[in-house]
Amino acid sequence: MMKKLKATFPAFVSIALLFGMPACKPKNAGNTVSSDAADKVYVAPGQYDKFYNFVSGGFSGQMSVYGLPSGRLLRVIPAFSVDPEKGWGYSEETKPMLNTSHGFVPWDDLHHVQVSKTNGEYDGRWVFGNANNTPRVARIDLKTFRTVEIIELPNSGGNHSSPFITENTEYVVAGTRFSVPPDDKNGDVPINTYKQNFKGTISFISVGKEDGKMDIAFQIQCPGFNFDLSRAGKGVSHGWFFFSCYNTEQANTLLEVNASQKDKDFIMAVNWKKAEEYLKAGKGRKQTVKYAHNIYSDITHSATSEIRTEVTVLDAKELKDICYFFPCPKSPHGCDVSPGGEYIVGSGKLAALIPVFSFEKIQKAIAAKDYIGEFEGIPILKYESVLYGEVQKPGLGPLHTEFDNKGNAYTSMFVSSEVVKWSLKDLTVLDRVPTYYSVGHLTVAGGDTKTPNGKYLVAYNKITKDRFLPTGPELSQSAQLYDISGDKMQLILDYPTIGEPHYAQIVPAELIKGNSVKFFKMEENKNPYFSNGEGTTKVVREGNKVHVNMTAIRSHLTPDNIEGIRMGDEVYFHITNLEQDWDVPHGFAIKGASNAELLIMPGETQTLKWNPDKVGIFPMYCTDFCSALHQEMSGYIRVSPAGSNVPLLFSTGKNYPASDSANKK
Amino acid sequence: MKKLFVVAAIGCLTMLTFSWGGCDSNTETPAPVDETKKSENGNPSYDPHRGEGKFTKVEVGASLDAAMAETGNKVFGVKCSSCHKLTEEKLVGPGWKGVTARHSPEWIMNFMTNTDAMIDKDPKVQAQLEICLVRMPNQNLTDADARALYEFQRKNDGVK
Repeated sequence: MMKKLKATFPAFVSIALLFGMPACKPKNAGNTVSSDAADKVYVAPGQYDKFYNFVSGGFSGQMSVYGLPSGRLLRVIPAFSVDPEKGWGYSEETKPMLNTSHGFVPWDDLHHVQVSKTNGEYDGRWVFGNANNTPRVARIDLKTFRTVEIIELPNSGGNHSSPFITENTEYVVAGTRFSVPPDDKNGDVPINTYKQNFKGTISFISVGKEDGKMDIAFQIQCPGFNFDLSRAGKGVSHGWFFFSCYNTEQANTLLEVNASQKDKDFIMAVNWKKAEEYLKAGKGRKQTVKYAHNIYSDITHSATSEIRTEVTVLDAKELKDICYFFPCPKSPHGCDVSPGGEYIVGSGKLAALIPVFSFEKIQKAIAAKDYIGEFEGIPILKYESVLYGEVQKPGLGPLHTEFDNKGNAYTSMFVSSEVVKWSLKDLTVLDRVPTYYSVGHLTVAGGDTKTPNGKYLVAYNKITKDRFLPTGPELSQSAQLYDISGDKMQLILDYPTIGEPHYAQIVPAELIKGNSVKFFKMEENKNPYFSNGEGTTKVVREGNKVHVNMTAIRSHLTPDNIEGIRMGDEVYFHITNLEQDWDVPHGFAIKGASNAELLIMPGETQTLKWNPDKVGIFPMYCTDFCSALHQEMSGYIRVSPAGSNVPLLFSTGKNYPASDSANKK
Repeated sequence: MKKLFVVAAIGCLTMLTFSWGGCDSNTETPAPVDETKKSENGNPSYDPHRGEGKFTKVEVGASLDAAMAETGNKVFGVKCSSCHKLTEEKLVGPGWKGVTARHSPEWIMNFMTNTDAMIDKDPKVQAQLEICLVRMPNQNLTDADARALYEFQRKNDGVK
């Protein structure tokens, strides 16, 4: 017995040493012991994370915001899908944001995320996201963390290679994933006439330097195949853009097999400065199309949707020196540009190597017309002439590469479920870590800028399986945080994500946190139904439309008793939150409203449309806990039959004498 | 005997984990969550006459500045009247009648503009909170708004 006890004591000590000691040692490269992982991700109560992490919400259509290194979810920003939690797409003011040339689209698929840049660095002003299904680009203002603009893309069948941006946010690009007949042509053609009738279009959306306003500056019509991902040139390659392409077989059925026939597909290099010259010289063709442009204003607290009808198209076949192809093995996915702009890394998702191309060599090959032929009139540069080198045996299924500040690249390997670190200089593999499981994309802090931060890497995994407590057949997707500051990558955190994350950005908190709007100033509220204090609240009948200009403040609604509403009325509750302090939203709900509820920020006006469905008394109340008297923040609406002569009455804190015979009996 | 060893072992483990684990000077030590120090009678440095905030001396005329009071009336309509009546009657907050007699102009304007700090420290506000149970919201008034509101309160209290 005694013997056993004695043995236990040293065991305790050694466990203690094992766990306690390493934290006291200087952190060195060889330290792969994960016992200090908790220290590395722990952000104490009341403390802030060092980074904002903007993450695509994939099929949720939204964008999520995490804090790093804690992995805490800070916000889900609604972009392309309705969001009942925030009233997005439900309030009358936000409905126009989801309007398209096809009408109201309530749910889309957001894949990629880009923070605006100045001089190739994040400037923290806006974050852009793409709608992959009904092709659109959204701009989110990082002062309010709200989607403030959405522009639709004509001549497109899906928007995948988007919203990648140039180094001064001159342009946001959008390349069609699915080629389709151009919008001004008769699209009623046999599907197997793909090669003759289908075209691939890429769009350059200009971004206003001051206000961020988006406009389709021009489109480039390209051969019909699939554009996948893209990145802007930067530094030495500023002025150029690179797009990966697949299905250069131009298959229109069973792409799984038929688009995987060729040994190499293409990366397309676009000289957008040249395209600008052609545009200026009037070489573009005006084309009649139809697309929606939606803008949300923080002054009127409402959105407008305009249908536009014209776009200028440049033809890559006619204007010879805008577009060039160079071969890239096996259906490339990512085509990522190194921090200095010299190297373009192609990730052939079905390949077992990673080709790295040289911008300098691309320029030389173009100058020397070192072509191996043309594809639909566009020159194809010789693979060997533009290749810097190949990373041999990196793993299986390279998808996407980002960079650190020490000359290293990090590539996600979908098939072999790992992240591989390799040297840009000599293209040798330096380290590999497993992911759990099947990593799709990854992001490095500042990994697509000129000066990456190089502290953290997040892997976004497609398969979760057993990583978290089971929640039935559907599991949240998983993200994994790695510390990449040493020679060896170290897994330090697992956390669940919203929807399916594709691309993401990690931005220093200092760039954004000080600009956050805390409330909207009432003095600036230009909503037509704004109530400037309780004294201006009213209920106005216009035929069968009834407008209720209502206010909310802790802890009552004004008016909170409304009579004289009739069956067949369309009632609009325009609610102004009179608070002028941070983090005091009020909610609004009314029984039986088939539309939704509202959430109203301080100083804001939002509108709920309500069609009463039966005669009677309907309670309404504040849904967002606001004060000790929140439960009291409520009221009643009386609905009378159509044609009733109950007068329109509204008040708060008054009891008028009963105005009709209903309770005199 | 067995117990002794276990206790010693746990003690040792605890010591190692906490003391050694905490010696990593590279990680930032979290700031204390709440640094407010309270002595027995509230903060001794707190001036209950002036309150706490940017206003130390408010110049008040012998007679009313009617234009300024009118400006205050407008601000009242937008930012105050939801909760305060001009009579003595309590709505969400106390009625304004007599407020200029109950408090100094500095106290009133500090409370209007530095609301949260005063709710946390001022004995009179804390007593009022026990009655009203709603923390007065900071309505982000400008200094001029606050001064105009005070003039309007003076008018409401009968200054001509």
